[in-house]
Amino acid sequence: MLGNLRRLFGYRILIQTLVTRELKARYRGSVLGFFWSFANPLLLLLVYTFVFSVVLPARFEGVDNYALFLFCGLLPWTWFSSALTESSNSLLANGNLIKKVLFPAEVLPVVAVLANMVHFLLALPILVVALVLFVPVPPTFTELLWFPAVVAVQFLLTLGLGLMLAALTVHFRDIRDLLANVLTLWFFATPILYPWTEVASRGPSLAGLPPAGKVLMDLNPFSHIAISYQEILFFDGPFGHWKWLLALAVAGMGLFLAGYALFDRLRDSFAEEV
Amino acid sequence: MTEPAIVLREVTKLYRRYAYRRQFSTLKSALLKGSLASELEPREVLRAVDGVSLEVAPGTTIGLIGRNGSGKSTLLKLLAGITKPTTGTVRVRGRISALIELGAGFHPEISGRENIFINGVMLGLTKREIAERFDEIVEFAEIEDFIDSPVKTYSSGMYMRLGFAVAVHVDPDVLLIDEVLAVGDEGFSLKCLDKFAEFRRRGKTIVLVTHGLSLVERYCDEAVWVDAGRVRGHGDPRHVVHAYTTDVARGEEQTLAAADRKAQAAVGTDRDATETVAEQPAAQDEEPPADMFRAAQGRWGAGPVRIERVTIERDGVEAHVFRSGDRLAIRLAVRTPEPVHDFVFGISIFNSEGVCCYGTNTDIEEFEPVEMSGAGEVLFVVDSLDLVEGTYKLDVAAHTRHGVQYDYHRLLHTFRVKSHTKDAGIYRPRHRWSFSPAVRLTPRAT
Repeated sequence: MLGNLRRLFGYRILIQTLVTRELKARYRGSVLGFFWSFANPLLLLLVYTFVFSVVLPARFEGVDNYALFLFCGLLPWTWFSSALTESSNSLLANGNLIKKVLFPAEVLPVVAVLANMVHFLLALPILVVALVLFVPVPPTFTELLWFPAVVAVQFLLTLGLGLMLAALTVHFRDIRDLLANVLTLWFFATPILYPWTEVASRGPSLAGLPPAGKVLMDLNPFSHIAISYQEILFFDGPFGHWKWLLALAVAGMGLFLAGYALFDRLRDSFAEEV
Repeated sequence: MTEPAIVLREVTKLYRRYAYRRQFSTLKSALLKGSLASELEPREVLRAVDGVSLEVAPGTTIGLIGRNGSGKSTLLKLLAGITKPTTGTVRVRGRISALIELGAGFHPEISGRENIFINGVMLGLTKREIAERFDEIVEFAEIEDFIDSPVKTYSSGMYMRLGFAVAVHVDPDVLLIDEVLAVGDEGFSLKCLDKFAEFRRRGKTIVLVTHGLSLVERYCDEAVWVDAGRVRGHGDPRHVVHAYTTDVARGEEQTLAAADRKAQAAVGTDRDATETVAEQPAAQDEEPPADMFRAAQGRWGAGPVRIERVTIERDGVEAHVFRSGDRLAIRLAVRTPEPVHDFVFGISIFNSEGVCCYGTNTDIEEFEPVEMSGAGEVLFVVDSLDLVEGTYKLDVAAHTRHGVQYDYHRLLHTFRVKSHTKDAGIYRPRHRWSFSPAVRLTPRAT
């Protein structure tokens, strides 16, 4: 495992080049080019704002600027879901490379996760501008120190899942179709469209546990990511979710190791099955 | 004695024959044991490489030859490390560059310039190394004018040239080449061969998979003949190539014989076989097809004389593959139920383009038929088969002097002529060259 990681590090130039290629190729031929990295989230924000303020007005306690609140959870979710979709397809899409060129295959899902992270980071300025303009109490410096930590935890979590999906999709192509639906369900199960307080009290309590809504939310790793972003960027007051975040960091590490181990186990079959 | 550059020990590679059967159980075994093939039953796997052991000394150019599907390319992939052996070990010392598919990593949307960098990094170069070699690569690939256009706009030749250029500029210690020296036009091919020779001079180890046997004889120090996943021969290229071509000729012999049997079975060789094969309108009424030269293979004629069997022979043994200049005999086993007094036997030889190379019959050659009864044989002997390389088909016929067919076999019998001389045309007249003293030529050493 350590040897694998060291080798992967040795391929960082390749990873970096492929991420750049990914980004360049994506907007090659479009008039606005890189501007789409900003425009996409902005347009998405406008659509959601329109839907949830005009079509289906959403009113939640403690959320005065719904669109901004939504944005705080939606941006990381876009990173997460696109990265998983792309990783699960990465080995199949690059079958030619895997069959003909010698390089560690994990580079491909890593590139998928990183390229989407870059998109996420490029969208942040929009969020920052909106926050400065519309949030009365901007985040404090200490709160902002947590921000990279959340990004790092999300990266670990996404990469772990991405490696697993990439390896398994080679053998079960059904995953590609299933994944899209699972991600939709997951999106609605995560406090992104609504604050977590909305569901915390819902559902029956079983065997002395907190209400089912809270239990399910606590078990959903991405809700802690979303809540962390929302607390740091949107809500006033100190970052209170850090214990969960640390727990998730440990779990994310475990998931990453498990994902990598699974990937490594199936590695030799890739060249034959893609 | 230096350490070998490549060592293969008892290498076996199994492939699953059915991609999607027993998927679940094999995935389970893959997760538990990290191997997909080991639990499959023998009838479900293909032994692409079967117990191959091989050592290659550094600086050797070695050619892998063998038929399609014999395992050459799998062997090359094993050497490249792209696939892992099911059992056995593969060890290669030094940097490897595998020219298995050129331009495999190119992205169509980005420019040639950027693709050179990405492909180079993928093949293990650092950015600085690529920058140093960049001009050389572009010059070698002859795409100076297009270097900043996206590669999707490249012609397939440009694409291949660029792929080749990047791959050879990796400066590997071991170069693996899979049938790619023939990219681009004549000029570029020569340049590739030059590059290849340069690698040899610099003492690099080269493994070449090719069907170009002359390339192996000319450039390789050793040859390995792979057949059905096993090494059938290893050593001096000329010996190995010879053993291989002999075996191929034997195989060809069998395929041609089988094809002929099939063609003959299709038209039927029984006594009242008046039907013809499917391509022709069923000519029940003993009439030959109007345009005989366009006709596909078939058999027609009303008897009573029947040609029951046609054998093509060399030295009294049935054969289908000949060398130019061999003695060839065509033996017709004929039979007639009643005595016949008007009969002619004819033979024509056609090449694969349908051109009649030679045709004759006993009437043209002024034999007067007297009587034929019962069974007999007709033998037609060509003392020296002076035809150029190619596949030939025979028409044989028995008919009356006025052309009424007794039995006509159209293109049912095949033989092949092989030749070292790649001369052109149809017929090779016996010839020799001579030169006056002022015109000096010497025979090329082969």
